[in-house]
Amino acid sequence: MKVLIPSPLRSYTGAAEVEAEGSTLGEVLADLDRRHPGLRFRIVDEQDRMRPHVRFFVDGVQVFDLGRRLAAGESVQIVQALSGG
Amino acid sequence: MVAPAPTVLVATRKGAWLLHADTTRRKWRLDGPHFLGHVIHHLVLDPRDRRTLLAAAKTGHLGPTIFRSTDRGRTWTEASRPPAFPKARRGEKGRVVDHTFWLTPGHPSEPGAWYAGTSPHGLFRSDDGGATWEPVPGLNDDPRYREWMGGAQDGTPDGPKLHSVIVDPRDPAHLYVGMSSGGVHESVDGGRSFRPLVRGMEVVEGFDVADVSFHDPHCVRICPARPDRLYQQNHCGIYRIDRPSEEWQRVGKAMPSSVGDIGFPMVVHPRDPDTAWVFPMDGTTVWPRTSPAGRPAAYVTRNAGRSWRRLDSGFPRRHAWWTVKRQAMAADGGKPVGLYVGTTGGELWASRSEGRSWSCVARHLPEIYAVETGAFAR
Repeated sequence: MKVLIPSPLRSYTGAAEVEAEGSTLGEVLADLDRRHPGLRFRIVDEQDRMRPHVRFFVDGVQVFDLGRRLAAGESVQIVQALSGG
Repeated sequence: MVAPAPTVLVATRKGAWLLHADTTRRKWRLDGPHFLGHVIHHLVLDPRDRRTLLAAAKTGHLGPTIFRSTDRGRTWTEASRPPAFPKARRGEKGRVVDHTFWLTPGHPSEPGAWYAGTSPHGLFRSDDGGATWEPVPGLNDDPRYREWMGGAQDGTPDGPKLHSVIVDPRDPAHLYVGMSSGGVHESVDGGRSFRPLVRGMEVVEGFDVADVSFHDPHCVRICPARPDRLYQQNHCGIYRIDRPSEEWQRVGKAMPSSVGDIGFPMVVHPRDPDTAWVFPMDGTTVWPRTSPAGRPAAYVTRNAGRSWRRLDSGFPRRHAWWTVKRQAMAADGGKPVGLYVGTTGGELWASRSEGRSWSCVARHLPEIYAVETGAFAR
């Protein structure tokens, strides 16, 4: 499954788009972290909550649940809500 | 003996810089930015190996982490398990580390040991040089401490801070920590348990001095030359304690009344326990937290707080409204001692003369959060 990576996280992936596997959004993020260690904790906190300035989309639709099931052919987009000076 | 050339480690709201001096401390070379755009709350060189640098980092949108370098900052490795609270049980609201605020190297007899203080309040320990971190439950999970710590909405506008993690140079099991707010606390069993050390400290008028949660130490320092002595800059004055006494003395009452004894940083002399420096701020009305009257000055005591002397030679004489944060003033080990002050306006001021005169050695940096010194191994 394709995952779009925002620029603040590309120091982990080295690319804007990477592959990860999983049947839920949470499993995809866990697989991303296995492939790119440290990435997940920057966007999901220790209580398994999405961090405040991170947004997750599946095929362009915003998702708020790490348990959201993913179907074959869907793709994940991670977006940073940049703000402040 | 000539002291080794110091490096000043500057942590800012938008990255970190290393300012390398020559042995005369007259010439400075600015190295950076490291982590441009990252919020760096603290950058510390391990005095035990003079090689390991730890940086407490986050960004406005990414979670907090720790980076480690052993090559003067040329390359950095991220902690594989940064400070984080345990996952809460179902139905309980778990705590989340917003940022690591403070880093303290462990005792010389415990190479690889480090402590971290976080916002909201949390104490963490690493035993592998900062690669993995574990919570210290003796503080974080003690029900009394949970009450004194309050929640994320308490404390300073940028979140409550656990700071001033101090390891007694004579005993790795003897620790002090400061909580802003939440008091000063001591452990004699390596962090398995803590108890308050707040007697003598004042609180904001009208509040109960017996309630530990109202105590707001801003910065606490132990004297390397006499570890039974600590100095403290508090929300309500400057204090000294000489252990085994349990009572802080408000030595800031000897400050000029026009300046007062409010501020954030506290710096001690590496060899003389009677000497300490503060950088007072305007703590009136809405707490502007600028230099009083826009005239920056450090103050020094040479007699353990019985009297204080103004040190402003070289600083702007008027209309200088910057602020010095609690971690943004430091001393080196030179003779005479070098002092360093980082401002919210992104300037680093240095004194080679224990504060008698000051000069600006770097400017146009982002807002400075922390200043530390160290001397890299050759």
